[in-house]
Amino acid sequence: MTRLLSCKQFMTELNAYLDEETSPEERERLQRHINECPNCWVVVDTTQKTMRVYKGVEAQTVPQDVSDRLMAALQRKMAEKRGRC
Amino acid sequence: MGMGGGWYSKRETGMQSSNGSVAFDEGALVERARAGDDSAFAELVGQYDRKVYRLARNITQNDEDAEDVLQDAFLKAYTHLDNFHGDSKFYTWIVRIAVNEALMKLRKRRGDKMVSLDEEIELGEEAVTREIAVWDGNPEQTYSQEELRVVLDEAIQSLKPTFRSVFQLRDVEELSTEETAEALGLSIPAVKSRLLRARLQLRERLTRQFKRKGDDAFAFL
Repeated sequence: MTRLLSCKQFMTELNAYLDEETSPEERERLQRHINECPNCWVVVDTTQKTMRVYKGVEAQTVPQDVSDRLMAALQRKMAEKRGRC
Repeated sequence: MGMGGGWYSKRETGMQSSNGSVAFDEGALVERARAGDDSAFAELVGQYDRKVYRLARNITQNDEDAEDVLQDAFLKAYTHLDNFHGDSKFYTWIVRIAVNEALMKLRKRRGDKMVSLDEEIELGEEAVTREIAVWDGNPEQTYSQEELRVVLDEAIQSLKPTFRSVFQLRDVEELSTEETAEALGLSIPAVKSRLLRARLQLRERLTRQFKRKGDDAFAFL
């Protein structure tokens, strides 16, 4: 029978668990720890939410003046290239 | 050529998918751009400028530097498009260029000695899990995108550059561990340990913001 994980051991495997990079056996072992340890369950749940909330928020539109300067610089570069052809 | 005449338009190129949405065909645009079609390159810029700008702001934490990074990254990509062989995605390539530019800016601003992404990280006892409390619902539903962006920006800016860059690439831009390691010049174990610290530190900060009131007593370790 496999020994139960300590919280510290669980934390070293947290990323592998979150990124689903474990073997099915290891995942089951980690899952068993989560089911029995409320604190680690909370850490997993709130870390997953942290990752989700960052993935979900849309990048802000580039300010118009910044965008205009980018496109102007790009057009100059394109004109230079055409001039060389 | 005028800028408002359709030369630069966001998210126009694509194929109609079965659900009616327009799928962005990066490969086709890159091919056209490599063949000399400047409008195709401009569309690639329109597709990714927001993400590159966000990345640049998060790494440099400075609007002026972020603008320089945005410009330099796309100008370099345009100049060296012939060197892009399509063995990775264009997006990964432009992110890698932007990260290099952003790190250079950061080093310059900090006197060329502070920013080392491969400094030793100690995974000590204080495994950054002091806030043990469930969140009060889903922040995506309780906060507006704008409010959420402010909270998330503040939290990510509190991280050390090394954690911030790794988290940004892995969990925001969704690069693989290998791509992140390559972009930042780190080993894969280094990316993994930094990502763990970054996730836990952000979790800690966001939990302070989003926790259900009165749940502090839940922590009993």
